[in-house]
Amino acid sequence: MSDKTQTVRRVLAEYTYEAPPVERGYAGQTLYVNLSNNTINSQPVTDVMKEKFIGGRGFGLWLLWHGVKDNTRWNDPENEIVISSGPCGGITQYPGSGKSLVVSISPLTNVVIDSNVGGHFGPLLKFAGWDAIEVQGRAEKDVIVVIDGPSGRVTIEEAPDVPVDTHLLGHWLLEQMAEKEEERYFMSSVSAGPGAEHTRIGCLNFSLYDRKRKALRFKQAGRGGIGTVFRDKHIKALVVKSSPVQGDSNHPADGARIARVGAKMHKEIHDYDDQQCRMRHRGTAYLVQIMDDYDLLPVHNFRFGSHPDAPRINGDVWEKRFTQGLPDGCWYGCTLGCAHTVEGYTIRTGPYKGQQVLVDGPEYETIAGVGSNCGIFVPDDVLEINFYCDAYGIDTISFGTLTAFLMECYEAGVLDREKTGGLELRFGNGAAAIELLHLMGRGEGFGKIAGLGIHRMKEYFVKAFGAAPRFLQDIGMEAKGLEYSEYVSKESLAQQGGYGLTNKGPQHDEAWLIFMDQVSNLLPTFEAKAEALHYFPMWRTWFGLCGFCKLPWNDIVPPDNAKTAEPAKVPEHVQNYVELFSGVTGREITKEDIIAMSEAVYNFQRVFNVRLGYGRRDHDDIPYRSMGPVTVEEYESRAERYDKQLRETLGLDPAKMSTPDKVAALRQHREEQYEKLKDAVYKRRGWTNDAVPTLETLKRLGIDFPEVVAVVKRYL
Amino acid sequence: MKVLSYDPELCVGCHICEEVCSDTWFKVTDAEKSSIRIYDDEGGALSAVFCNQCGACVGVCPTGALYRDRKDIVRVQKKLCVGCLSCVGFCPYLAMFYHRDQTVPFKCIACGQCVEECPAEALAIVDQ
Repeated sequence: MSDKTQTVRRVLAEYTYEAPPVERGYAGQTLYVNLSNNTINSQPVTDVMKEKFIGGRGFGLWLLWHGVKDNTRWNDPENEIVISSGPCGGITQYPGSGKSLVVSISPLTNVVIDSNVGGHFGPLLKFAGWDAIEVQGRAEKDVIVVIDGPSGRVTIEEAPDVPVDTHLLGHWLLEQMAEKEEERYFMSSVSAGPGAEHTRIGCLNFSLYDRKRKALRFKQAGRGGIGTVFRDKHIKALVVKSSPVQGDSNHPADGARIARVGAKMHKEIHDYDDQQCRMRHRGTAYLVQIMDDYDLLPVHNFRFGSHPDAPRINGDVWEKRFTQGLPDGCWYGCTLGCAHTVEGYTIRTGPYKGQQVLVDGPEYETIAGVGSNCGIFVPDDVLEINFYCDAYGIDTISFGTLTAFLMECYEAGVLDREKTGGLELRFGNGAAAIELLHLMGRGEGFGKIAGLGIHRMKEYFVKAFGAAPRFLQDIGMEAKGLEYSEYVSKESLAQQGGYGLTNKGPQHDEAWLIFMDQVSNLLPTFEAKAEALHYFPMWRTWFGLCGFCKLPWNDIVPPDNAKTAEPAKVPEHVQNYVELFSGVTGREITKEDIIAMSEAVYNFQRVFNVRLGYGRRDHDDIPYRSMGPVTVEEYESRAERYDKQLRETLGLDPAKMSTPDKVAALRQHREEQYEKLKDAVYKRRGWTNDAVPTLETLKRLGIDFPEVVAVVKRYL
Repeated sequence: MKVLSYDPELCVGCHICEEVCSDTWFKVTDAEKSSIRIYDDEGGALSAVFCNQCGACVGVCPTGALYRDRKDIVRVQKKLCVGCLSCVGFCPYLAMFYHRDQTVPFKCIACGQCVEECPAEALAIVDQ
């Protein structure tokens, strides 16, 4: 280490250990770090944890449950940040097998948030000897936690001179802790940024060292403000170093089985990705045009689902901007490779103006959120916002959705230049959106208000500006306190449930049912919708228990998938996952077991929410903007569609009605439908009508632990 | 660049090349560890699969373990390989192989041992 390192790093606590060999996907221990009293220790992974909670999000929930109290809030020292990959995390043979899941109590929702992220941290943490890291407490001054597997040493260190902005901090860590190029391959960091400190929408940046570009890159655990918790704990970074990764670092039960499935999947991607989604060339940006075509792309704060300018930010555009021909996986062996970059982008504003940088992304959610939803159809504006969100540690989804809300408030007269401190937040004003982001990064002016998130801004605008509460409630696209991700759900009741009937808030990683429901009409009854809102959230939960990414499940499909009995489930790929989990852990499972595993964890999370004072029927309410047209303008923009529904479904004659009357009639109907959906879904999930899991459900799932039953009994 | 070439008209399907290859590189006689594979279709036609050094795998490799040596032959640097098998799935000729006994894949590097032992003179090292 250089002299410089010794002058700026001061070790506050040290813990030595010998990294155990990983066996069948588990290191067998978790790392506990308390920043209030500088203690570090090891905790065993129990059989119950492996059997019922599997890993990843399951481990996070289990550890967090035991770390917090019923009244713990996000900024209480006992709140924790838990990061875990899962037993299959770190296998290299199958695409999308390096995810980490982060769990904490959210500053936006006050309940548990789980956020999944790529990058190398989770797998390397396991290969350094830990299935999870659990950070509790709050440091007096900013600290860095270093987990050095090869040296068998964990330290809490002060490093006051180190910058906070993620791209600078990441490079500093790399230079200080990995002098040789080869050491960089197996080192990863987690960091946030100054924006995470000043807002409630902070994200975490997980690094990976890109060997081909010889560059440091970052993937984001964006949702729910975990970056804000991170900075509240005065953490600058978590760093992990592991010994070199090999094809059998997980010591799987049956490596040949994994290799067989993996090689087959690589071939499938090689043969069909170019004809299907072109993920290898454009990543999730391919979705922009599809969403626009089906009237599902959020435009102007989710008022509309398409825009004539959408082709200016669609996948064709990004394919030209992204560097082509490099293996852009966020973990080794991901040949779907959606983690693309724009290289050599020259920053136009803010503290790094004039510098040439590499921008990780943008991905679909960012393009739709800060692009179309804000009426911004300028790729360089999207890139500028993408870069600074990452550098400041701000979630692009929440930023996009809340900026769109502000723009509608501005155009509706709720806000004006005086109230925003001079920002003309009209749809399409990219410069104003970028300036708002810089204000968030500095924690100044209107940036501080915007950084509260939509839920708290609504209250503030009512109190401070006398705004109409109902209008703000209708157009503010948040539920449970979390900003919506970027799909228009108005014409799909099932997707309204996919957003609303969730544990963490409106993030589509629980269920994305729009095509099944709205386009293919495969879910015509409440029972069918309820079944889908049981199966798919459970199926998708499982990825986050194991360390898998969802994308290789259905962003590439076998050529004969459409001919299978249930194409939406992609049966051949489901079987791949059965093989992978069994092959890694040696625990033979069926596809039904997958759902059962998730159900236990999902219900545990529901009870966790109930324990924290939430998680009941009323908390599953959603804003009307996500169900139907709020305004006359919105109704009239799709009048033919809505008039038809009034005629055919409600037996009304729209020709004899005023538009406000039509809006009201449609609204009454749709709100009733959503309540009926709640009834059907709760019943299917084995919950009471107040959305609380019943004792029978807890028993059936084997999570009727006394402390869990005690929570539920209060509401039965 | 010198590469292996194969003449199906001369091949007699004896599979000696597979034995020689696995013996040369793995010290065992096991066709599944050979970097050349002779296939016999139902109609009796013979064909061979082996690397033609096209290099498509080099760009797919996330670690730089696959590279061209001074003679332009595509080789696997075992130390850098993480065993992801991306190259196996992305080889246009299905000529990158893997085996349960090791995590690192393997391929023909045109060493010529099989040429020496081929009784039918169906194999040759040629300039490409």
